[in-house]
Amino acid sequence: MENRPLEYDYTIAKMFMLTTIVLGIVGMLIGVILAFQLAFPGLNLILGDNLAEYTNFSRLRPLHTDAVIFGFTLSGVFATWYYVGQRVLKVSMAESKLLMTIGKLHFWLYLAVVAAAVFSLFAGVTTSKEYAEFEWPIDIGVVVVWVLFGMSMFGLIGIRREKSLYISVWYYIATFLGIAMLYLFNNMEIPTMFATSPAGETGIGAWYHSVSMYAGTNDALVQWWYGHNAVAFGFTVPIVAMIYYFLPKESGQAIYSYKLSLLSFWGLMFVYLWAGGHHLLYSTVPDWMQTMGSIFSIILILPSWGSAINMLLTMKGEWQQVAASPLIKFMILASTFYMFSTLEGPIQAIKSVNAIAHFTDWIVGHVHDGVLGWVGFMIMAALYHMAPRVFKREIYSKAIMTAQFWIQTLGVVLYFTSMWIAGITQGMMWRAHDEFGNLAYSFIDTVTVLHPYYAIRGVGGLLYLVGFLMFAYNIYKTMSSRPVEERELQSASPMGA
Amino acid sequence: MFHWLEKHPFFFAVGVFIAIAFAGLIEILPNFAQASRPVIGTAPYSTLELAGRHVYIKNSCNACHSQLVRPFKSETDRYGHYSLSGEYAYDRPFLWGSKRTGPDLMRVGNYRTTDWHENHMKDPHSVVPGSIMPAYKWLFTNKADIDTVYAEQLTVAQHFSVPYNQDVPMRDGSVKNVKMAQSLSEAHEIALEEAKAVAVDMKDQDVKDAVSRGEIPEIVALIAYMNSLK
Repeated sequence: MENRPLEYDYTIAKMFMLTTIVLGIVGMLIGVILAFQLAFPGLNLILGDNLAEYTNFSRLRPLHTDAVIFGFTLSGVFATWYYVGQRVLKVSMAESKLLMTIGKLHFWLYLAVVAAAVFSLFAGVTTSKEYAEFEWPIDIGVVVVWVLFGMSMFGLIGIRREKSLYISVWYYIATFLGIAMLYLFNNMEIPTMFATSPAGETGIGAWYHSVSMYAGTNDALVQWWYGHNAVAFGFTVPIVAMIYYFLPKESGQAIYSYKLSLLSFWGLMFVYLWAGGHHLLYSTVPDWMQTMGSIFSIILILPSWGSAINMLLTMKGEWQQVAASPLIKFMILASTFYMFSTLEGPIQAIKSVNAIAHFTDWIVGHVHDGVLGWVGFMIMAALYHMAPRVFKREIYSKAIMTAQFWIQTLGVVLYFTSMWIAGITQGMMWRAHDEFGNLAYSFIDTVTVLHPYYAIRGVGGLLYLVGFLMFAYNIYKTMSSRPVEERELQSASPMGA
Repeated sequence: MFHWLEKHPFFFAVGVFIAIAFAGLIEILPNFAQASRPVIGTAPYSTLELAGRHVYIKNSCNACHSQLVRPFKSETDRYGHYSLSGEYAYDRPFLWGSKRTGPDLMRVGNYRTTDWHENHMKDPHSVVPGSIMPAYKWLFTNKADIDTVYAEQLTVAQHFSVPYNQDVPMRDGSVKNVKMAQSLSEAHEIALEEAKAVAVDMKDQDVKDAVSRGEIPEIVALIAYMNSLK
């Protein structure tokens, strides 16, 4: 056997890196617009009265959430899989023509589904279920894309040289299975075009319309079992997969504890799915389910912190790297935000806290310290680590990386602190009674009081977007203006140049 | 065991699947049938109300408005009786929402009128100074899609036994019979009759003219839906 390193094929990883960046910009830009619309409602008309239907808050909101979840994050997950997968399994995509074809098909169909989704959401074609807004034709597209992802993943695993699956691969497998199960069951719907009227008419109405198989409380239960765990298997599990690969690689440190990773993985798998009920506290679902959701949310701290602590301890004795390398900064901040967010979540899941927090901006703040601080930072770090290796060029500018890091960190801090204050203020005002036992505030009082916090949040979001544009520019310049190295960079690091 | 699993991807995947599927089975299944029974006083949506519900969904009203009154004094003071599971028996999908940027709408029909909604959707500031809700002027010109509504009514009546054209008990002891059409043209007639009843209380002349021509602007359907939320 030849004794030279494998040449990995990054064709598909590169394509998904591109969509990660483009859809990231789209999703975050819409987010910033939404944030400022809440502070300054006149912005609902940014493109004038005639296009108000397509630029107003409610029409754009699902576009923001879906662009960030299914656009930015999923692209990042796919991009890193097509990079990490080959490396930890010690096999190149190029070794199988079939796998390459499946991979490319995966990318192009993904792109087609994204385009269809954007178009339909702008048109107001939605099922209304959060993060499951797509109507049945797009759902079928999503399923096909997901099956292709699975085929390419298990195909690569099937032809692997390294027999033992590395920790990251566990998490990628779990991502695939979890999303598949959740998405299928939550989107069970009957297309209405198959209905026949007593008069014998068929194919009535919009062909893409459907009606949910579940009604009312059941629909809510299934939706939040999905909604919560789409976060689990989209925003947590695959991001943990990334950090388990990229942090040891970038820092040159071995994972601190195999046993801890084992405990965290299986703990997370078992516990996470129970916690969805915390979205339904004090609703009409049975009390025991609410309590289960609450309790398991608190237990969830254990596996979550298990992973995060494992990451932080991986840096044991090497903390000077955090000061020296902007890339390590990104990853350490990401795992810190992961700890923070997975502590905040369980606190909000305690019933008495939830009574105040639910329906307020505190929840929005929680989502964003997780997604901006943990998911966003980790995906950017992953792409920064991959770029020199897939493009065979050193990173264009370390100074931009460092500046970007601080700008975005400031943005996240502004975002969640303002949302904490806004959420708790509003929650307390809703429940306040005067000395006669009447409500102390009308609803609009609890809205106008939020204006300064909405403005601060908008600025926080804008800073994060600016940082992301710097990231995009940095990657673009890396691709275009750096000299090509002769061989793939084996130990490239932005600080190594 | 774990070392062995890590070398056998198939069994590893099976293990993961069992671990993640377990919770759903225990938490979701046991109560499924129980939770889907209507309470007395809950009737299916009429043709125009359902059309209004579609307008509500199309514009993602649920992004800012909840339809779930929690059992706290502050909420029952503000919005009325706390929500009961059976009240949602005909809600496909549920529209509880997850964020109250604006107030809850579960029982908005008890305390807002057609007239109020018309003013509010055209210019929220005219009735709620300081409101951050945008105007929804296009609802006054876009036409409601009655065809799709009728297809949905047929679907739910056939697959989920939603009791259209049947007597359902009301809280005051009376019965209500929500009519579903036998044909598409009849569905349009039924919706138009309902629309006329709403348009009578509206001021916008273009909307009134449209209804008298036999068209149904989205705003009329939306108001019919709002008024039905009690």
